[in-house]
Amino acid sequence: MKIVVAIKPAAGRDEPLRIAASGKWIEEADLALEIAEADAYALEVGLQLKEKHGGEVIALCAGPPRAAQVLREALAKGADRAIHIEEERTGLDPLATARLLAAAIAPEAPDLVLAGLESGDLGHAQTGVMLAELLGLPHATIVMEVEVENGCLRVKRELENGWFQRVEMPMPALVAVQSGIAKLRYATLMGIKKARTKEIRRVAAADLGVGGIASGAAIDRVYPPERSRRTQLLDGSPREAATLLVEKLRFEARAI
Amino acid sequence: MSVLAVLEQRGGKWNRVSFETLAAAQQIAVEWGVPATAAVLGSGVGALAVDLAGKRLETVYAVEHELLADYTPDGYAVALRQLLDRVKPTLALFPHTYQVRDFLPKLAASLGRSAVCDAIALRLEGGQPVLVRRIFQGRLNADVRFAGDGPHLASLQAGAWRADWVAEGVARIESFAPEIAPAVIRTRPGEIFRESRREVDLSAAESIVAVGRGIGDAGNIELARRLAGLLGAELAASRPICDAGWLPMERQVGSSGQTVAPKLYLALGISGAIQHLVGMRGARTVVAINKDPDAPIFEVADYGIVGDLFQVAPELIEALRKSKPAS
Repeated sequence: MKIVVAIKPAAGRDEPLRIAASGKWIEEADLALEIAEADAYALEVGLQLKEKHGGEVIALCAGPPRAAQVLREALAKGADRAIHIEEERTGLDPLATARLLAAAIAPEAPDLVLAGLESGDLGHAQTGVMLAELLGLPHATIVMEVEVENGCLRVKRELENGWFQRVEMPMPALVAVQSGIAKLRYATLMGIKKARTKEIRRVAAADLGVGGIASGAAIDRVYPPERSRRTQLLDGSPREAATLLVEKLRFEARAI
Repeated sequence: MSVLAVLEQRGGKWNRVSFETLAAAQQIAVEWGVPATAAVLGSGVGALAVDLAGKRLETVYAVEHELLADYTPDGYAVALRQLLDRVKPTLALFPHTYQVRDFLPKLAASLGRSAVCDAIALRLEGGQPVLVRRIFQGRLNADVRFAGDGPHLASLQAGAWRADWVAEGVARIESFAPEIAPAVIRTRPGEIFRESRREVDLSAAESIVAVGRGIGDAGNIELARRLAGLLGAELAASRPICDAGWLPMERQVGSSGQTVAPKLYLALGISGAIQHLVGMRGARTVVAINKDPDAPIFEVADYGIVGDLFQVAPELIEALRKSKPAS
């Protein structure tokens, strides 16, 4: 089984965010990139399916040259090879990203494409489903289990409020997985060593023939959210703050 | 020009978030001076359309097809594409539900555009809609504008508008029968089910102590358990904690877990991702203890302590012990 895992090189959750002088975006070069959390789970599912059914896992990302680090990590965890679409500004428009990824995936003709449900930075939660549409594949999102049987894919989808649903579809197909679907593995020392010999094929975004499209929406301005004024912040040492909190909860909020 | 609200139902029952979207569509339509319309998809949606006939809308579209009886992304995308062709709205609004997340990007891509998902505000600027999204886990906001011609597509965050803002009125109902070839639908949905009967009913808890990523390690949950014990509170968690297996899934609060409304909600090391906030908005008094002063949890907290929870929580346990009324 040939599996492509689409990985977003995303800013870590504790990365400092500096708004760019234009006010329209942040200083992107500041950010250390890592495998977007949901995509780490997509990769894990891909690796487990390969272990069970055999085949190949290809890690794919679109991002600046420094995003190669993210693919290295995927290779160290067990992906067989990687494709890096080099593109300076990515992730701003989900359809533009999906078109790049689709152009790189199509010639691979995989049996299964895996993606995370959404990245923790921009959180569009669109790229995976768009990929399915562009590649003409059936899809399922918010997936908590993936089984493959006789060319048929069986997934457990999460619905709201603790409800679930099983969905079947023919392969090839695309699955957008929910975080928490599996226990994540760490790269082993051996894995890291092996990764150095694995192939990362670089493709210039311009060579994919899908560039230069304005396709939906653009960010006008980024700014820190307004803080609600109703929060009483309790200052002082941990002991002072804790004592004050107990008083407030007992006598002001009457919550204890 | 018009604004279309696409509402959600399952098995003939409304997803109530739909009415927040309806309220948003009515508001922006009034401001814009264009008609508001609404659509409901399914098989046998006549009664639901009648519900909408009493709202201030120009037209209610009852999108009816037997292949829409069970939700599938293929069926919904093809039906909605035809509806958009027929109605030609400038702006189509959806509730940002799990179902919409499943089909809206497909619909958008088939129209050669991206949607704007999970918006928390919508206003007009220079006659054009501007949407506000939270990015980087709520650490920044982004104002987003559409490019090119409509229909522009957007989904709206649950809780950002209020269902009771929906204006009453009279609307005419128009049936719309999309053409859906059976072969278009490639996925086969099964029955929906619940995993197992829940042992813990957090929705009835008077007090809740909830832990998030800031707790750092499974071993540290004991600290929260002691605090919960002193407060007579149930222990709960945000999603990552349950994903990691540190607490059972049934103790998860949020959009994929339980919705709670306790008198006291004490959040330890929870940053306040929206998926968590929607589950605990109903709490009367919210306390947040977090090391990051910019964590979104402080936007919904009544009392906040910015600090290391491993220093604050033990002091809180101590202070609670001391202040226990003698009995």
